[in-house]
Amino acid sequence: MTSDGIFVDRVTLSYDGGQVTPVENISLAIPKGTVLAMIGPSGSGKSTLLRGIAGIEKPAKGDIFLNGEKISPKRQKIGFVPQNYGLLPWKSVEENILIGVRIKDSLNGDVLSKMNEFMENLGILEFRHRFPKEISGGQQQRVSLARAFLLNADALLMDEPFSALDAITREETQDVFLSLWKKQKITTLFVTHDVEEALYLGQRIVVLSNEGKILRELDNPFFGNREDKLQEEFFKMRSKIRELIQKAGSDK
Amino acid sequence: MKRKAIASYFFAAAGIFVIWQIVALLTHIPMIPSPILVLETLIDIFLSDIAIHAGYSFLRIIAGLLLAVVIGYPLGIMMGYFKKCDRFLSPFVYLTYPIPKISLLPIIMLILGVGESAKILMIFLIIVFQVVIAVRDGIREIPKETFFPLISLGASFKHFFFYVLWPATLPKFLTAIRVAMATAISVLFFTETFGTTYGMGYFIMDAWLRVNYLEMYAGIVALSYIGLIIFCFIDFLETLSCRWQKRR
Repeated sequence: MTSDGIFVDRVTLSYDGGQVTPVENISLAIPKGTVLAMIGPSGSGKSTLLRGIAGIEKPAKGDIFLNGEKISPKRQKIGFVPQNYGLLPWKSVEENILIGVRIKDSLNGDVLSKMNEFMENLGILEFRHRFPKEISGGQQQRVSLARAFLLNADALLMDEPFSALDAITREETQDVFLSLWKKQKITTLFVTHDVEEALYLGQRIVVLSNEGKILRELDNPFFGNREDKLQEEFFKMRSKIRELIQKAGSDK
Repeated sequence: MKRKAIASYFFAAAGIFVIWQIVALLTHIPMIPSPILVLETLIDIFLSDIAIHAGYSFLRIIAGLLLAVVIGYPLGIMMGYFKKCDRFLSPFVYLTYPIPKISLLPIIMLILGVGESAKILMIFLIIVFQVVIAVRDGIREIPKETFFPLISLGASFKHFFFYVLWPATLPKFLTAIRVAMATAISVLFFTETFGTTYGMGYFIMDAWLRVNYLEMYAGIVALSYIGLIIFCFIDFLETLSCRWQKRR
């Protein structure tokens, strides 16, 4: 059974020849054009699952499908944004953005003008010839997002993408992500440990348990809305998720 | 910044020159001639003698270096990138690396004779180990996360090589060549005292035997310049290709 979007079918991921199994028998569906936030205590295997979907780790069992096809980094366009933004230190900002389209052989004039538009909108145009080391973390994250969105990926996977940023830059960059996402509606899965981030950027939220299993899947009415942060329902939802995570973390 | 650096090198060169002159004046023996006389001799015999000898030495270094890069670089990449390759080849490298290569010279000369190939092979042996180890360790030091976004983009080995392996190993690779070069030139000097009538080693030792100290010193200065030119060239390549490492 497959459908459009990302479909994780009873997947197990393990290391060291099966001795460590951070993810066991997980099934998960992310409908096309939606964002799913994955949250859980540390050691719940959320990053491992993300890397599995990104094609970086091979599942020991089960299959992962993207838009009805078995997922394949070679055939499909998968954007992966790691926690440290995944920029190559020896490439300029511009070259870093272009890596995706270069590898996918889809570099042309349209892409270049689109890249300039992106850089302009993201406020990184003036840094185009600089190296990642020479710009701030928030700017690096914008470069990383520009790479993923310029590629117009079939799936976007982000591993705690905003966690290394300071509070103000984090909110700004979250807004940048949201505005890019609203234009392209790339099927997105991101891992976070920040409940408020999950509530702001995830249309649905999945809470993972300590054993690498899905504890709860929730619809999120607060997606893309910062104003609701002061409402009582928001507080309730936030505490509910926090409790779930705490419970998951203590179930050893 | 650049101009300052050039100026300071010029200042150091002038300093060495002055010290040399003072020592020559104080000792006043033919074994330590004045640098002015040495430079005059160097200019006088440059085109007629030194240029030819220097050309031979330079070509031998370049040939040994190219051979070492052509063989050592891919080997280093393979050992750094493919774990199985490393497991198989590492013991060989570790066992042969500490052998002082110069001690192999008699064997090499027995097998290859005293001609060009023995000299080039010696230079090759000295540089190749440095290259293999620098490139392999350069790859090992790349955090594996660096590859993740490229893996999920479906990158091929070609992409990994040009986007990650090559730029990441370049600084170490160039440093290794620079370090090995000093030893390579010394060994070249030594090999050029056998079985050839061309090369700076031959020229210097020949001047020594003829008790022509001015020509001997001129040869030493010329050989030093060969080393300096190669050093500067590697430095230049490094600043050109490793701009990303410099902080603003």
